[in-house]
Amino acid sequence: MLAFSSPDAFGQPLDAPRLVMTPPLLSARGLQRRYGAIVALKDVDLDVYPGEVLGIVGESGSGKSTLLRLLNLEEPADGGSYTLAVAEYAGRDLFGLDRFQKRQMRVRHIGIVYQHPHLGLRMGTTSGGNVADRLILAGERSFSRLRGAAREALNASEFPLERIDDLPRQLSGGMQQRVQLAKAIALRPALLLLDEPTSGLDVSVQARVLDTLKRLQRETRVTTVIVSHDLGVIRTLADRVIVMRRGRVVEVGLADQVLDDPQDAYTQQLVHAKL
Amino acid sequence: MNLSDLSTPTRDYSYAFLDAFAKRELRRRILKAIAIPGYQVPYASRELPIARGWGTGGLQVSLSLVGPQDTIKVIDQGDDQSVNAANLRRFIARMSGVATTFDTLAATVIQSRHRVPEEILSEGQILVLQVPDPEPLRRATPSMTIAREMHADADYAVMWLNLYEQIVRYGEFTGGASYPVLVHSRYVMSPSPIPRWDNPKLHQAAHLTLLSAGREKRLYAVPPYTDVRPLEFEDVFFKVESQYGRRDRMTGATHKFMDEIAHADGSSTFSLSDTGYQDKLVKRQSGEAVTVGATYYDDHGEFYHAGFLKS
Repeated sequence: MLAFSSPDAFGQPLDAPRLVMTPPLLSARGLQRRYGAIVALKDVDLDVYPGEVLGIVGESGSGKSTLLRLLNLEEPADGGSYTLAVAEYAGRDLFGLDRFQKRQMRVRHIGIVYQHPHLGLRMGTTSGGNVADRLILAGERSFSRLRGAAREALNASEFPLERIDDLPRQLSGGMQQRVQLAKAIALRPALLLLDEPTSGLDVSVQARVLDTLKRLQRETRVTTVIVSHDLGVIRTLADRVIVMRRGRVVEVGLADQVLDDPQDAYTQQLVHAKL
Repeated sequence: MNLSDLSTPTRDYSYAFLDAFAKRELRRRILKAIAIPGYQVPYASRELPIARGWGTGGLQVSLSLVGPQDTIKVIDQGDDQSVNAANLRRFIARMSGVATTFDTLAATVIQSRHRVPEEILSEGQILVLQVPDPEPLRRATPSMTIAREMHADADYAVMWLNLYEQIVRYGEFTGGASYPVLVHSRYVMSPSPIPRWDNPKLHQAAHLTLLSAGREKRLYAVPPYTDVRPLEFEDVFFKVESQYGRRDRMTGATHKFMDEIAHADGSSTFSLSDTGYQDKLVKRQSGEAVTVGATYYDDHGEFYHAGFLKS
């Protein structure tokens, strides 16, 4: 740990970086999850600061997606605690909430983009309807406001608005991801979770979706956790990286630091395999 | 005095067909349904001498409610004389000895499929609706377990999402019969299968409405003077079917729910769907003394709760 309060050459104390001075938005301790004999997560600690993008990398089966499902309150944890510094539930362990409160939490404060659009979208409902769904859940009952908010969110995720009334199954993969993204950000969540958001897309579409993600993150400063096995994606978006293997965190650090100068043997393998 | 003087003699059939235990269960379920407006109460639907899907739910409720002092009216699509209505009415009358009537005002229990009568029901009257599908969330989720959780959480967003989709695709609400309503600001209920025209009649009504699905084994209720509001947006309103320009071919009545009658030459005329009401209008025009009650919609199409239907 660096001592930020130590005086520099001019005798002035250094300011700690903004991220370290503010308390973390998301704080998880000792997350456990097992499926029968399989240990999916073991003692995972996680802190994400406001406005930060945390990347989670690791091979298939390393527990990345399980971790994200836990953070999205989709699954119960077998152990550990999880807090999110948002108004109503600050300081409360979110795993202890009841079904209704979890739903409120997910609707109001957490947005998620899945790798497979059918997990996040109603395929028989128009794109605009999918986004409006979020707002209806939050209690909006005015058609014109729903319509306006849906257009705004879809526009922000650079979705072509002339296709607002098309069904997701009539859209290309990249557009489906943009609808998911619009749905996720429609209520300006405190936390945005991205589960392999571009993995099913071809390279050029992937680049454009990443551009959108990066622009959105820059403009809204939404705290983001992105899971990907693609180190290129992580390098583009993430400020900080967590490397996972077999349900454990093996390395944590700034993105450039971890990806350019990996310390852990497994991370070295991972980075070099990519190169 | 001995025991046989105090007890009723043994008979092959129970009064009103159902045995005492079945009637007691039904009455307790009905009380629960009334206590929680719009909540679907499960009950053990009994076998009856008609097939499931032909009004067994409504029939069981009617049979458990009628006593010798009652007068029953049975309608099917507004018609007292259709085969189904006639069968059910005859069955109830034979099994319980109640009087029967076509007159809405004279009936104490009205069993109905598809319609709420045009004349305003009053306190003390009971409307029993036969329901094919009690679950308004059926299209949202195939799982009854999840649907019950959604009811418990009052998680009805998907109903408004459906409305949103209807406006986007068709420019208006397309739900016809069994348009969903919010009862007592708590439970979303399917008032199936009455047309949209009849939905507002349940709002702050003086009568008790019981809805029962025999095949699905669920019953629910709208107690007297309970809020029943059709789902709508703040800026896009629920509308009843327009009866504008339709005129009953026998009486000239307007602004009531009409059946369209097609003719061989391709033209069509209209006839009042509520035949009991139509009969009374005909009698009045031929000079007979009949009491025609006030109707939910007046002759200019205005609903009797002013301002309830927004435009």
